Amino acid sequence: MTTETIPSPRSSYTPPRKRRVNWEKWGWLYMRISGLFLIVLIFGHLFVNLVAGNGVRAIDFAFVAGKWADPFWIVWDTLMLWLALIHGANGMRTIVNDYAHKPVIRKTLLIAILVSTAALILLGTLVIYTFDPCPSNAIAGTLPSFCKAG
Amino acid sequence: MPENSAGTLAPPPAAKPRIKPPRRLAGTLYRGKEGMWSWVLHRITGIAIYFFLLVHILDTSIVRVSPQAYNGVINEYKTPLMGLGELALVIAIGYHALNGLRIILIDFWSFGARHQRLMFVVVILLWIVLIAGFAPTQIHNIILEAQGHESA
Repeated sequence: MTTETIPSPRSSYTPPRKRRVNWEKWGWLYMRISGLFLIVLIFGHLFVNLVAGNGVRAIDFAFVAGKWADPFWIVWDTLMLWLALIHGANGMRTIVNDYAHKPVIRKTLLIAILVSTAALILLGTLVIYTFDPCPSNAIAGTLPSFCKAG
Repeated sequence: MPENSAGTLAPPPAAKPRIKPPRRLAGTLYRGKEGMWSWVLHRITGIAIYFFLLVHILDTSIVRVSPQAYNGVINEYKTPLMGLGELALVIAIGYHALNGLRIILIDFWSFGARHQRLMFVVVILLWIVLIAGFAPTQIHNIILEAQGHESA
């Protein structure tokens, strides 16, 4: 008689798997966490720029210079730039993955999103932190009132 | 081949089970009705906001060129057409924000998944309140600007 070894059915054996960072999970979580911050940041931004005072009519160079004279709005706008653009880019990445079926088109679009996001974050951050409220090339009447010394 | 080995153990069913397909696309969170349309609207508003954001970063960057260049660009934002565009933008952001909160409640809270339909109604109602609150202010500013009133 031969003895057969029969493996137990429905064994819970799973091949060992390399543990990798689950980027999709972190991206999913990022959308929700950044979304909560963006609700505060963007509605605050919209209220100050479009509702308070004269709304959109009050916006000009002096208005921006007045805001960025306060570190509060520098931090606010930097956070908004980074969180919103990455949130939007990740959303567009999801949409491209859903609808762009041809690999070449998909890859091209994903690279375009990545490059434009990096370029605009760099540009926006540089603009905020190299901003000069009293530039020498200004035409009279365009500068904020605190530039009188120049 | 689990199907082959199972076939020798279990006798073939006497008759094919009759499971009727659902009449309409409904019954799951993201298929048909509120669940699907909230998702469609979330995508459309998201894409619109994204492209505005790209333009908005570029136009704001002109503050670094010269005050008069920036003022020239921002004056375009004060025309009636762009004023209505800003109203549309706020409407899109309002939906995306409110429905985004709904998605968070669905994903992290069992109550949210069970009552996603009710929450969609709440989203729409709050959205209408938000639009009703902002639209008069914006239209008022568009009219004053078109009439040439001083803003500063």
